[in-house]
Amino acid sequence: MSDKPLVSVTDLKVHFPRAKSGWFGQPEVVKAVDGVSFDIARGTTLAVVGESGSGKTTAALAVMRLSLVSAGKIMLGDTELTALEGEDLRLARKRMQIIFQDPFSSLNPRERAGAAVRAPLDLMNVGTPAERTARVAELFTQVGLRPEQQHLFPHQFSGGQRQRINIARALATQPELVVCDEPVSALDIAIRAQILNLLARLQRELGLTYLFISHDMAVVENICDDIAVMYLGQIVERAPRKPFFTRPLHPYSVALMSAVPTVHGGRKRAAQRIKLSGDPPSPINPPPGCRFAGRCPVAEPACAAELPPLREVVPGHWVRCRRVELEGGVPRAPLQMPTD
Amino acid sequence: MSDALLRVEDLRVEFKTRRGKALVLNGVDFEINAGETLCVVGESGCGKSMTALALLRLIPSPPGRISSGRVAFNGEDLVAASDERMREVRGNRISMIFQEPMTSLNPVFTVGEQIAESLRLHAGLDNAAAHARAIEMLQQVGIPAPERRVDEYPHQLSGGMRQRVMIAMALACRPDILIADEPTTALDVTVQAQIFDLLRELQREKGTAILLITHDMGAVAEMADRVMVMYAGRVIEQGTTEQVLSAPGHPYTQGLIACLPELGSSAADVRVELAEISGVVPSIWELGSGCAFRERCPRALPRCASEVPPMFGSGGHGTACWLHAETVAA
Repeated sequence: MSDKPLVSVTDLKVHFPRAKSGWFGQPEVVKAVDGVSFDIARGTTLAVVGESGSGKTTAALAVMRLSLVSAGKIMLGDTELTALEGEDLRLARKRMQIIFQDPFSSLNPRERAGAAVRAPLDLMNVGTPAERTARVAELFTQVGLRPEQQHLFPHQFSGGQRQRINIARALATQPELVVCDEPVSALDIAIRAQILNLLARLQRELGLTYLFISHDMAVVENICDDIAVMYLGQIVERAPRKPFFTRPLHPYSVALMSAVPTVHGGRKRAAQRIKLSGDPPSPINPPPGCRFAGRCPVAEPACAAELPPLREVVPGHWVRCRRVELEGGVPRAPLQMPTD
Repeated sequence: MSDALLRVEDLRVEFKTRRGKALVLNGVDFEINAGETLCVVGESGCGKSMTALALLRLIPSPPGRISSGRVAFNGEDLVAASDERMREVRGNRISMIFQEPMTSLNPVFTVGEQIAESLRLHAGLDNAAAHARAIEMLQQVGIPAPERRVDEYPHQLSGGMRQRVMIAMALACRPDILIADEPTTALDVTVQAQIFDLLRELQREKGTAILLITHDMGAVAEMADRVMVMYAGRVIEQGTTEQVLSAPGHPYTQGLIACLPELGSSAADVRVELAEISGVVPSIWELGSGCAFRERCPRALPRCASEVPPMFGSGGHGTACWLHAETVAA
């Protein structure tokens, strides 16, 4: 364990050009990810939360070089991923793997489970063929499947078991970074807990580093060490788990937290909820000021004029809102969480 | 008791398969009163959506069919009703909103035409009146600039707006019952909150009964008056929201509530593992005799393997579990 983070992303931008609208029209640019920076310490979990279209998945794919990177620098340990091309990049992929959201579409229906888990070992030339066979059996045990189940096809497994196969496949090359893209949102509630506990156990045993993408605040609170909230391609708040969940600062984070229905909150919570009107604006030509200003219950005219910077209000707690103030060294959120 | 708006008695649905007859609903009993919200909870494959489809007689047939039971709607048995009568009921007295707002709207018609269709058919309005009423409905479900939106196509709307259109379609004829099959699973939490608020508000105004199918216990706490938990084609627990969530009787319900990650877990400095329900839902061929949950149940008794537990309980809170056999006898 060194102080140096495993993953370090600086000013990442992913801009997708669209076709020109009309003969003389300017080509439009979708700014899916627009200047995102974060670090992930080795052996910890950074959760990225946000609504659909906020750019969280695109950012994660870009970190793995699975999406175009328009600008920015991505470091994995001492390797600059953004500088790698071709075979070098392919070999670097051994160190980073991904678990996808949908366990049904992310496995080849004609390929046996064991072959799917073995594929990365063959592609990366890990060990001898005999060692690979042993490794596949070991991986199956590690994720809570039986080694003899390698010979079955994906359709013979349940959703939760399929997600276990996906996890085994991701772990095959002993990666340092594992991107989990909503790994439990397609699963039944009873199965979610099993997979979340499995991911936590594997992290403890193997020292894995997770970039965990989710829109479920309760799941995130359970699994993360740090959290980054994205809105329309930008990070609006970034903090360690405890400060964030005890005192979220950005109005969007507060609204997001208050929107989560809880078993104990019931109708009382629903009645006190902070209501956001409308939908997020389009990432094509986003508004010039704060991107949340149009939906923000506490926005002032000045918010819409200028984009506030992401600033560190207390050590480790970053927020992109000009209305967050310090009162005696304690940051004060402009919008308070309703109290139950 | 006979004044329930909808009463379902011993509903059984079977599907013909190559392996024989599969009983996907096995004696489902429940009732919905006017103006209340009943939530149906359970894992996928437990029969939640099948129950909703059976009420509207929308089960694909063949291979499926309602093999027995009664669905009494205002005293009229819908299982025995003619196809013609069912067409009058669907979308008019009982309507349904589906899980996927992306796939359940027709992409080649404007949303206005889709809302107006049921109004022309059921309420006998002419084109102009139906169009005007469609605009009114869009306004009621909170779509901005309804005069413009009414002539737009589904692809021009966001997911949340499409779900609002679905709700507008379903409510256009002022149905007595609205069936909502996981209406918000495809949506973001802030949009989900908007949709729940909308449903509650419309229910207050119009007195529509809602049958809400969900697997989110948080949503249940927020929306339901009464809850019904299903497992492997049977109702295993039902009661008021308060009864089921605060004092769940069935080990499965207890597990479902315990395994849910809740906000506030970071307040404790030690990270606790989530409770788990081990194993998976058995397939329909592995049910055998006895309680379907016994293999996963931490408190199974010898009796659970041989006999299916009936509903025990009183005061509107029933639990189909042998653990509760003594409490009733006492």
